[in-house]
Amino acid sequence: MDNEKDILEVRNLQVDFKTYAGDVKAIRNVSFDLRKGETLAIVGESGSGKSVTTRTIMGLNASNARITSGSIMYKGQDLLKKSEKEMQAIRGQDIAEIFQDPMTSLDPTMRIGRQIAEPLMIHKGMKKEKALKQALEMMKLVGITDAENRMNDYPHQFSGGMRQRIVIAIALVNYPEVLIADEPTTALDVTIQAQILNLMKELQDKISTSIIFITHDLGVVAGMADRVAVMYAGKIVEYGTVDEIFYNPKHPYTWGLLSSMPTLDTKGDELPSIPGTPPDLLDPPTGDAFAARNQYALKIDTEKEPPFFKVSDTHYAATWLLHPDAPKVTPPAQIVARQKQYAKMQKDLLAQQQHHGPVEEEEEQQ
Amino acid sequence: MDYENAEKILEVKHLKQYFNVGKADEVRAVDDISFDIYKGETFGLVGESGSGKTTTGRAIIHLYEPTSGEILFDGKNVDNFTSKEDRHKFHQDMQMIFQDPYASLNPRMKVKDIVAEGIDINHLAKDDADRTNQVETLLETVGLNKDHSSRYPHEFSGGQRQRIGIARALAVHPKFVIADEPISALDVSIQAQVVNLMKKLQREQDLTYLFIAHDLSMVKYISDRIGVMHYGRMLEIADADEIYAHPLHDYTKSLLSAVPVPDPEFERTRQEIHYDAKNENDGKERHLVEIAPHHYVRAADDEIEMYKQRAHEASLIKD
Repeated sequence: MDNEKDILEVRNLQVDFKTYAGDVKAIRNVSFDLRKGETLAIVGESGSGKSVTTRTIMGLNASNARITSGSIMYKGQDLLKKSEKEMQAIRGQDIAEIFQDPMTSLDPTMRIGRQIAEPLMIHKGMKKEKALKQALEMMKLVGITDAENRMNDYPHQFSGGMRQRIVIAIALVNYPEVLIADEPTTALDVTIQAQILNLMKELQDKISTSIIFITHDLGVVAGMADRVAVMYAGKIVEYGTVDEIFYNPKHPYTWGLLSSMPTLDTKGDELPSIPGTPPDLLDPPTGDAFAARNQYALKIDTEKEPPFFKVSDTHYAATWLLHPDAPKVTPPAQIVARQKQYAKMQKDLLAQQQHHGPVEEEEEQQ
Repeated sequence: MDYENAEKILEVKHLKQYFNVGKADEVRAVDDISFDIYKGETFGLVGESGSGKTTTGRAIIHLYEPTSGEILFDGKNVDNFTSKEDRHKFHQDMQMIFQDPYASLNPRMKVKDIVAEGIDINHLAKDDADRTNQVETLLETVGLNKDHSSRYPHEFSGGQRQRIGIARALAVHPKFVIADEPISALDVSIQAQVVNLMKKLQREQDLTYLFIAHDLSMVKYISDRIGVMHYGRMLEIADADEIYAHPLHDYTKSLLSAVPVPDPEFERTRQEIHYDAKNENDGKERHLVEIAPHHYVRAADDEIEMYKQRAHEASLIKD
């Protein structure tokens, strides 16, 4: 918890939304850490609370939101206790966000050079000429060709991929400590998506930003994330390193997500799917919220909420299946195949280490 | 895919669909494409935004007047039906499922009236009881229940709405369904449900699908054959498995290399292939050529040999 490498610590966060129908419990006791320089992916369906979590960090929740408990520690200060004015100084300076839709997150009436320079003028008090000069550098960095001339263009003169590059330039121009990317490539074509993801990785290396990456595309997660948190019905149900989540998942919801996505090798008449729909968070079910859709559900799942069980030092899952007294179950075939692949990978790695000495281990530590 | 006994249900011949013809901002959305779709198969149409895949779908169901070219459905030209009955029959035989389940259902109509609209227009119900009965059967077919029929669209989730859209399309007993990005707006866990439903209905009701999408892994899973479009042109057509395992055109290769795969080890070693679209516009005359059996690539005369060589290396051509 008091890890020096942690840049952001979210603890026991609970957020309700007041509606006519009652209180929607959108975030139900969420805790996680973000480490320096890492990419943490948060995955889950719409309504699972991933966007609300990041909006709470940014202090951008709708006016009917109420944070009923929890803390968000950034550099030793609780962001939830900050005034709106203090948050304004943090947003765009320490914590920046890239939104899903590059069409609506730019000002259509402002030249893009000016839009990129704006955070510098506001947060750093820079003079316009100097800020524009730095904006030009940023445009070159995110790969906008002919930047000198294009600075004076308006957003509608750019393609979707170029606009998302501009949005990234605006977010990164102040070299923020934390970057929140909320489905940054969902609106883009696969080839453009690949370019933008590569760009984000490159820039992360250059300015060592920590990224919270929100997406529902597990393919993108596999390529981007160091660690993954899986959210369901306002809770994190499993978290671990990207390898642990993709090759050795423990929560039945993660199993369902991974097997319902066809890979290029998937064949057969029926795709494994998760039956039903997510629960209504106006009145969340008692016990495990996933129980109703879970073919592996135990009796206790409908009565008592599962705590996090430790799988490894970095891997935890909230499912009663990990309780020592739980019956042994066999995960779906696709998951078993993934576990086998993982076992083989680890064996190969071990063999390699014995061959060369534990070099890789040390490299990772640094 | 069994080509021996395959029977063509749809033939697209040299279809051109231009907008703003003759003006400075003329758009050649679809530029001379030809392909066939066989009875009972799923033909996947993939491409980036702006490639013309949606325009192709709309031209086929005759939402546009084509600039030139022919579309034959069951052997009849859809642009000039000789009789009124033929036209009515065409509009029953071909139906569409839309991308956005929120925008494609009238928010002020009850589900039963949305689903029954086609039944009413085509006078397919004997009386009110028959109409209700048909609607309830349809709702059950798509995995909803009959109590849902008196509700409004806003009371449903995205996946359920897409099921309503499917029920509406099926109400007039179509033979051919155009599904334009039917699952792109849905969550991963719901996508699989809708795809399974579409496959089940295809088996039970002998449907032919034109499945338009940009999610390449889902297209491969559902399709028998796939066509790849780029800048309004068809660049490659082949069996789904073959086109993914052995793409011959450089654009197809680059498109496939960009698909994110839910496997971290694969992603760490992924090699992206870049495609330069300039080659396509060098002024050479190009058309679809059958390079390997049932595997077509858009090529100029002096490129055929190169593609044949590639097909040979992938052992698609046997000596």
